[in-house]
Amino acid sequence: MSSTRFRPSRRLRPVAAALALMVAVAGCSSTGGRRAEEARAQAAAAGGSAVTTPRWKVAMVTHAGPGDAFWDSVRKGAEQAAAKDNITFLYSNDAQTQNQVQLVQAAIDQKVDGLLVTLAKGDAMADVLGKAKAAGIPVITINSGQEYSRKFGALTHIGQDETAAGQAAGAELAARGRRNVLCVIHEQGNVGQEQRCSGAQAGSGLAGGAFQVLYVDGVNMPDARAAVLAKLQADPAIDTVLTLSGPMAATGLQAVQDSHRGIELDTFDLGPQVVAGLKSGGVGFAVDQQPYLQGYEGVDLLWLHRSNLDMLGGGKPVATGPQILTKDNADALAEYVARGTR
Amino acid sequence: MTTDLLVQDRPAAVRRLLARPELGALIAAVAVFLVFAAVAEPFLRVSSLGTVLYAASTIGIMAVPVSLLMIGGEFDLSAGVLVTTAALTSSMVSYQFTAVTWVGVVVSLAVTLAVGWFNGWMLGRTRLPSFIVTLGTFLMLTGANLGVTKLVSGTVSTKPISDMEGFASCRWLFASEVTVGGLTIKATVWWWLGLLAVGTWVLLRTRFGNWIFAVGGDAAAARAVGVPVARTKTVLYLGVGFGAWVLGQHLLFSFDTVQSGEGVGNELIYIVAAVIGGCLITGGYGSVAGSALGALIFGMASKGIVYAQWNPDWFKFFLGAMLLLAALLNAFVKRRAERGPR
Repeated sequence: MSSTRFRPSRRLRPVAAALALMVAVAGCSSTGGRRAEEARAQAAAAGGSAVTTPRWKVAMVTHAGPGDAFWDSVRKGAEQAAAKDNITFLYSNDAQTQNQVQLVQAAIDQKVDGLLVTLAKGDAMADVLGKAKAAGIPVITINSGQEYSRKFGALTHIGQDETAAGQAAGAELAARGRRNVLCVIHEQGNVGQEQRCSGAQAGSGLAGGAFQVLYVDGVNMPDARAAVLAKLQADPAIDTVLTLSGPMAATGLQAVQDSHRGIELDTFDLGPQVVAGLKSGGVGFAVDQQPYLQGYEGVDLLWLHRSNLDMLGGGKPVATGPQILTKDNADALAEYVARGTR
Repeated sequence: MTTDLLVQDRPAAVRRLLARPELGALIAAVAVFLVFAAVAEPFLRVSSLGTVLYAASTIGIMAVPVSLLMIGGEFDLSAGVLVTTAALTSSMVSYQFTAVTWVGVVVSLAVTLAVGWFNGWMLGRTRLPSFIVTLGTFLMLTGANLGVTKLVSGTVSTKPISDMEGFASCRWLFASEVTVGGLTIKATVWWWLGLLAVGTWVLLRTRFGNWIFAVGGDAAAARAVGVPVARTKTVLYLGVGFGAWVLGQHLLFSFDTVQSGEGVGNELIYIVAAVIGGCLITGGYGSVAGSALGALIFGMASKGIVYAQWNPDWFKFFLGAMLLLAALLNAFVKRRAERGPR
């Protein structure tokens, strides 16, 4: 503000005040920025929802480990839908079976109006989901465990069939004329990852010798990088590395660069490095299962079921992938990946 | 608080109470309970109490033998994965030999006791610190859990055995539940109380209990007065094997399938429960009843955070802070109790 003092007559005061206000406002952007973000948050906090249904409570319990970008996207989608649908959203996660089961039980204890659960552990969830049913809580399963979903009495499943995703990746590999593929599994014992690799082999039509699987330790990136590089150095025939997650793709890219051979890297899932790679050509394509959509639709479908007894697809699994992303999508994606929703 | 009790001329009974190692844990448990009772409305529901007790029992069952072992002056870092080994063994033996599930249960006990014996034998033979010996066992078991399961089942989790003979009776013994007026008590709670009673009796009322204190306090002096040090420690490791067997069977018969990669990290939680309960990390001092309070604090904190709807991102932080506070309170009470004439 200017420090010159002027004393307007009484009649001019409102005019001066209006002018001062305009000056103050003129220096600010009226669109975007932090203020807009705060306004959105305030609107959400003040019940700025798009609906007039009562305030329901929905809990999501996943098998995610701590600090995982993928699950952060799922959570963001769910929170966005919850804000829109006037829903209190509770999130909890634990990678160990018994702890995840206990968290589901804790959600039931809280008498939630709807439950979103991942079924990575399959049969272990049968009992506690039976309890949810007995308590009259509608359940939708997301992300993993499509084959168990109906069996445990869930309304529907939202996610990607990993075998189908693998086959889509394989078809894309074949279309690109890749001849010798190394599929990198970073969680030994993860059934979904095995399905992706075997699906990719089936879809690509490559023989066993031209499609190899390498197990690396996904929580130890330097070690994983060295393992991929060692394999590339040991086998000069490999022309493609296929990774199964955004962070692993970044590690795979480093190993490919270290090898100084014209190897293409393709991946499942997204991440900032994947998008940058799609742009620059280091990454051929990415198969995305749209985690944001899994969280968003999970909450939204529970809301639709509760408020209108609707069920998308009539209860058949709702597919959020596979979506093949290439150089053509990279520009649009970059912004969304940066804000953590893709 | 207890300040009015801590005067110079307190009666002998009070003095004895104040000198008990579990007093600090008791005060900490009450404090944690009051915190969550105040901030989390669902925490006080009867059904939630059942969930908290269950969570506490799955730690408490292992905390009993682990606290005895720590009073005996040793660690067991393999205790967490040994639980998974017990569950995997039981499941795979029953399935592969198409045997009544009780066969798997018995073989599993033999395996866990063998691992316990191996730990004790290595310790006695090599004179290596138990930290190193059991670290080796921990790594070997982690690998064996995954490797053997993959070799036998072809995947990383076991196949369901719920349709096999004997499953129902095993389930009744290890994983049934009784509901009284909304409070669901799981079988693990009874096992926990049983182990607690036996452990306390052994420690305080038998000659073997004196030996435990002796070998933990000063192994050389104990050996000089004729205490069989190596054998005492081996028996303590067998106790850990037995606890792992009980908990492993519970996991199997309540979840039907077992994931081979689980259990890593839980060994530290058992140690924490024992330490909060008043066990010294150097051995020679502690209590079995205290370990139950430690497990209860852990159960209340881990589920209370969920009932209080705190942001799960901070879950581990809260847990760590709470454990430190409990341990500090413990040390404080112990110091106050030891002051003054004895």
